[in-house]
Amino acid sequence: MTTLLAVRDLRVVIDGLHILHGVDLDVAATGVTALLGRNGAGKTTTVKAVMGLVPRTGSLVFDGADIGRLPTHLVVRRGIGYAPEDRGIFAGLSVAENLRLAERDSAPAYDLVFELFPELKQRHKQAAGTLSGGQQQMVAIARTLLNGNRLIIADEPTKGLAPKIVTEVADVLARAAETVPVLLVEQNLALVRRVAGHCAVLADGRTAHQGDARELLADEDAARRLLGVGSHRPAPEVTS
Amino acid sequence: MNTVVLLACTGLGLGALYFLVASGLSLIFGLMDVLNFAHGALLSVGAYAAWWAATDGGLGFWLAVPFGTAVGTAASVLLELALIRPLYARPRDQILATVGVGLALPALIMGIWGADARPFPQPESLSGTVRLLGATVPVNRFVLMAAALIVLVLLRLFLAKTRYGLIVRAGVEDRAMVTALGIDVRKAFTLVFAIGGAAASLGGALAGLYFGSLNPGQGTGLLIFAFVVVVMGGMGSVTGAAVASVGVGLVQQFANYYTAAGLGDLSVVVLLAVLLLVKPRGLTGRLA
Repeated sequence: MTTLLAVRDLRVVIDGLHILHGVDLDVAATGVTALLGRNGAGKTTTVKAVMGLVPRTGSLVFDGADIGRLPTHLVVRRGIGYAPEDRGIFAGLSVAENLRLAERDSAPAYDLVFELFPELKQRHKQAAGTLSGGQQQMVAIARTLLNGNRLIIADEPTKGLAPKIVTEVADVLARAAETVPVLLVEQNLALVRRVAGHCAVLADGRTAHQGDARELLADEDAARRLLGVGSHRPAPEVTS
Repeated sequence: MNTVVLLACTGLGLGALYFLVASGLSLIFGLMDVLNFAHGALLSVGAYAAWWAATDGGLGFWLAVPFGTAVGTAASVLLELALIRPLYARPRDQILATVGVGLALPALIMGIWGADARPFPQPESLSGTVRLLGATVPVNRFVLMAAALIVLVLLRLFLAKTRYGLIVRAGVEDRAMVTALGIDVRKAFTLVFAIGGAAASLGGALAGLYFGSLNPGQGTGLLIFAFVVVVMGGMGSVTGAAVASVGVGLVQQFANYYTAAGLGDLSVVVLLAVLLLVKPRGLTGRLA
């Protein structure tokens, strides 16, 4: 596996609390890499630390360059698109304004975005705060697709969405991953099984496991030990 | 009737002055979470710079006002770059720094030009009065109203039509997410400080016209009411600040005239309390 982003001994301390105690993570240069773990394992903090949104120490090497000391906006300009856990939508701004704010390239890929999410074109002028959760997630993902990113980080993009929308989001992620590598934080294991190649599992702020996602999910003991679920009790199935 | 018209015009003039201070204060707090206690001092800087230019400098009034505004803007940018920016990770120290500047600048002005009020030279064209609905209203009230209206329109255009305006509106909602889209939000911080400083120092230059004189503590005195306006209008809302400014200016003037002098100031605080009880998030629904 070729590594695009190599995270080594990532540590985060917030208000004296040690949240991450040394996370190692390799994000593959192709396809979807899944970041798994139970609630509170440190998944969201890990991606926030990569983005420079929380104070961090450790080594972050992206495509051969050290990004561990860069402020957030410069991390993004290296070519990392970020769709955060709470979607990070500007509720008072229109859909068009939310997208315009994300433009970095001279020729943003609106064709691609509106092909994937025709709804966003129709709702151009609508205030983003009045969109449904699924539509807001589309805006969040669309913002990462507008620019020629070299990595997309999506933090629980299917959280709280209806099953039909989960499938739509999964389709888009799978399609995006054909051209751009994706780091996907996800609790929906059926979705992980469908799209992910490599995976890393966090537990208590440390890396507990790295390897092939399907192999892990097929191994009942390991899955139960690392993720707290067994394959005898499958997560809601993704229909496609 | 005459009295009502005169009081209304005076109240609106005062409200215009409040708006010039509060609009910048509101944007700065909304975007950056910085309570700028030095904002009133920026008004004093603008006022004294305009006064100096109009007297010692020999510039006419119409050049002295932009000169005062420019000096105040420069002071505001300097304040952001030199004191506010290095302290972003330390909000408490940031507040202390602005309080310090808010005390030091008027003291510096007092050291140079003394504590006494200085008469502000009134240009011929603005020193007269106009008859309006039977009342005799000083022209300078209308100058202030016009200036505030122009600033309001320009600010709204800036926020609605420009990329930096978009960044400011988004940053008021979620600053971290703006940086996560690859935007260096610090440039917007400096710009907002420049805009806020410009509006406040313009207010300072025109305050001399309104009050007829200027003194070192004037800006700080106005700042208190500007804070009331910001809280009432909703943090980060320029239009909210405009509506609240008009309300505060009018209530203050009418209460001071019809009750006892000084009760107008108190009634403003009562107005604030009532509004916050009825609408805890201010007029615009933003968190107060």
